[in-house]
Amino acid sequence: MALARSPSLRFGVVLFPGSNCDHDALYALRENLGQSAEFVWHESEDLSGFDAVLLPGGFSYGDYLRVGAIARFSPVLGAVKRFADRGGLVVGICNGFQILVETGLLPGALVRNRGLHFVCRTVHLRVESTESPFTQDGTAGQVLAVPIAHGEGCYHADEETLSVLERDNRVLFRYVDPQGQVTPEANPNGSISNIAGICNEGRNVLGMMPHPERAADPAMGSTDGRLVFQSMISTLVRG
Amino acid sequence: MITINAEVIEQHGLTTGEYERIVEKIGREPTLTELGIISVMWSEHCSYKSSRKHLKKLPTDGDRILVGPGENAGIIDIGNGYAAAFKIESHNHPSFIEPFQGAATGVGGILRDIFTMGARPLAVMDSLRFGTLDDPEVGNRNRHIVDGVVGGIAHYGNCFGVPTIGGECIFESSYNGNPLVNAFALGIFPKDKIFFGKASGIGNPVIYVGAKTGRDGIHGASMASAEFDEESEGKRPNVQVGDPFLEKLLLEACIEAMDKGVILGIQDMGAAGLTCSTCEMGGRGGTGIEIDLKYVPQREQGMTPYEIMLSESQERMLLVAERGVEDQVFAVFKKWGLDAVEIGTVTDDGMLRVRNHGELVAEVPNSLLTDDAPLYDRPATTPFRPAPLDGPTLPATSAADNAAALKQLLASPDLCSKRKIYEQYDYMVRTNTTVPPGSDAAVIRVKEANVSLAMALDGNGRYSALDPREGAKLAVAECCRNLATVGAEPIAATNCLNFGNPEKPEIMAQFVEAVEGLDEACRHFGTPITGGNVSLYNETLSAAIYPTPVIGIVGLIDHMDVPIPMHFQQPGRKIILVGGLLPGVTGDPTHLQRCFGSSQYAKVVVGQTWGLPPTLDMDYEKRVHETVRSIVRQGLPESVHDLSDGGLAVALAKCGFGPKRIGARIELSSEFQAHVALFHEAPSRVLLSVADENVEAVNAIAAALAIPTPVIGETQVGKLEVQINGDTIRASIDDLYEAWDSALERMLQG
Repeated sequence: MALARSPSLRFGVVLFPGSNCDHDALYALRENLGQSAEFVWHESEDLSGFDAVLLPGGFSYGDYLRVGAIARFSPVLGAVKRFADRGGLVVGICNGFQILVETGLLPGALVRNRGLHFVCRTVHLRVESTESPFTQDGTAGQVLAVPIAHGEGCYHADEETLSVLERDNRVLFRYVDPQGQVTPEANPNGSISNIAGICNEGRNVLGMMPHPERAADPAMGSTDGRLVFQSMISTLVRG
Repeated sequence: MITINAEVIEQHGLTTGEYERIVEKIGREPTLTELGIISVMWSEHCSYKSSRKHLKKLPTDGDRILVGPGENAGIIDIGNGYAAAFKIESHNHPSFIEPFQGAATGVGGILRDIFTMGARPLAVMDSLRFGTLDDPEVGNRNRHIVDGVVGGIAHYGNCFGVPTIGGECIFESSYNGNPLVNAFALGIFPKDKIFFGKASGIGNPVIYVGAKTGRDGIHGASMASAEFDEESEGKRPNVQVGDPFLEKLLLEACIEAMDKGVILGIQDMGAAGLTCSTCEMGGRGGTGIEIDLKYVPQREQGMTPYEIMLSESQERMLLVAERGVEDQVFAVFKKWGLDAVEIGTVTDDGMLRVRNHGELVAEVPNSLLTDDAPLYDRPATTPFRPAPLDGPTLPATSAADNAAALKQLLASPDLCSKRKIYEQYDYMVRTNTTVPPGSDAAVIRVKEANVSLAMALDGNGRYSALDPREGAKLAVAECCRNLATVGAEPIAATNCLNFGNPEKPEIMAQFVEAVEGLDEACRHFGTPITGGNVSLYNETLSAAIYPTPVIGIVGLIDHMDVPIPMHFQQPGRKIILVGGLLPGVTGDPTHLQRCFGSSQYAKVVVGQTWGLPPTLDMDYEKRVHETVRSIVRQGLPESVHDLSDGGLAVALAKCGFGPKRIGARIELSSEFQAHVALFHEAPSRVLLSVADENVEAVNAIAAALAIPTPVIGETQVGKLEVQINGDTIRASIDDLYEAWDSALERMLQG
């Protein structure tokens, strides 16, 4: 029996002082994916009524001290933690990923790109696992074209953390060449094991350095980023 | 207590004549604080005293012009209730002293000029000129300058969240001691929400918002108005330090306060900081401003009134609100974590009055600082020519010679790929960029207005050095040609004029000629000037830079679709050269040889620059623009790329550098020698690749405008083959691409 089509879902896009990709995320969710989305000011502690929360890219707090380090103390992060503990879906993109790592919602660290320069370009990602609300609509091994734009996107984790991530299929995206091969040349920032995106133990929190919201509109050259949001929508609708 | 003597006057960059004029106008000797205030407003950078008389010649009217020169930015109507504000500014002298912060604060400054008018900045471009990288003496220092400048632009633009989507990067030994950093920015807003830098309403609060004031950048404007000598290193404290995060907060707070309707007038504090903003706001409003410095947020101890008034600390704005709503203003800025404090009031006496803890320290009529600033009509003789008219006779070239020359040109500093630079800029943020950097024009879609804006930024030092008038005209022509390739109608322009010491008649002559060329071309191509910047005294140890007019032109596209790309897309397409092989190039051997001396071939392959710029027929060029625009709007070509530096061969190669590496097989016959046909830089030419079934339609459009559209060959996979007068040049696209793409990184590593 087909379920009645549910109304569109409510995404909350957190806005920190210095967030830059907030408008891009809102536009992608509303215009490209037909969802309802609104900003959540960093001082708010109320995430009730949201089906999913997104921490966008940018330079929250100017990257003072360390990327994402100050945002972690924002009032809203307490609410994000509780939301995640209850199983709510949380996506951290670029600076959002950096914040999730500083908050401890995801393991590891994000440090300066190996080449030391900021890099903005479209790269290729391989979907490593479809066992997650962020990739369930894809196929394992699928190659996506998604842009990156960062100076501190080099993912690092100690051996133990890394082996747990790999063992539990928590690496969701890896940098690859257009043919889907993991190579050093395909790695834009020196991330260990070409890791581009990971999820938490509960598989409800995603952190990724590439920007799926920049690959959701045909005018931007690729719509491969829609997979992440589409999968979340499928998960939530299925309930 | 410093007494004002001849030395102090000179240190302030004033002549004795100017000082006497001050005394005469205010009826007494000025205080030191007043001397500082007046001298900075009378500096070349702020007063345009050497250039104003000539800038008045430029056209400023147009159907879509909402705000012309004289405000912080120019504004055009882009349709559907929306407007675009844009401008270009230079930050040359600071970028030599402290490249990173010089360039960063250059970007910061131009961004504030945009959002002070009420527009959210949505695009930045930069025109960069550096000295040579392979020079054994100064190569290292120039590399350091490049690294610093690019890093500074990236740091500021990326953190602020505006995409840097295009520009140019040129290397000439002429810029060894004087790099040029010209930053362009454009913003969008509803056309009924324009704000002006005007103080109105007697008794209204004058409010300071943003960063605290420190000692940075004091006399930055005066530094920008003087040449460099051996002591320039000591000028480091004159360079301002920028904080893009603070500016991002300032942007959001200003826009929020503007939306709430609580701001009457607003101006950014740029060159000459508090001094400039107060007198200009009063001047525009026909009012005056009185402030007490005790209220100014300061981040250093013991700052004197002189220092506070002249500080060029960044990320500060001055605004005027309606008395009674100032609390609403404070609330918005508090939300964004910024200082907002009432420091004075609007008066009705046309004076800039400064108190410090109640004590009067300066009282100067606004008019003296603005309209009554000195205006000079500097003598101009004949433009200085840094290169000879005639050059060496060039031998005949073989196909092998020309293949090697092509590769050498593609790997040369001006023509090589700038990917290593522009990938340091986030060019995608805001998801509006429909044409990435590296193409002919930059394009952003404007979601609110359902249109796209195309932007081109071009300057020419080499051509202008050989003929300033023609060089300026060629820069305008090139910008409009760039816009035609994306189907955009040019609307308006902003100019940045970079020259040497105007007190030298042969340099002043370069300036006058260039402005007159700009005037001619802007009228002909329909691109009125909405504002801009003049940077003079770009000289080190008395050697001036090439005269370098830089122009940014904005064009309108009536849809948001992705423009037709520049690279060849498929094999088997016809290649059409709109404009013909060498329009305007005559058989007169002397003239031909002279025009060839201005080319990249001459500069890179022969190793010399001489002669004259290529000849421009503005009528013909304009018809080529119309032709290309029509062809593009009808969706007829598969790719479009206009010719410029490096001529036909370089353009053909670059068309092959798309992901599929589709090259071409070309057949040409020319009365001229092979290297002339391949590398001459005659303007008014655009390359199209067209499917067979569309060739007839292309020809029909061109024929109606009397523009030739010869088919010169076909696209093919992987190779570039050019048969000219019986000899064939052969190159592998991969091989050429590799040379072009890897050159810059190698040159920057030294």
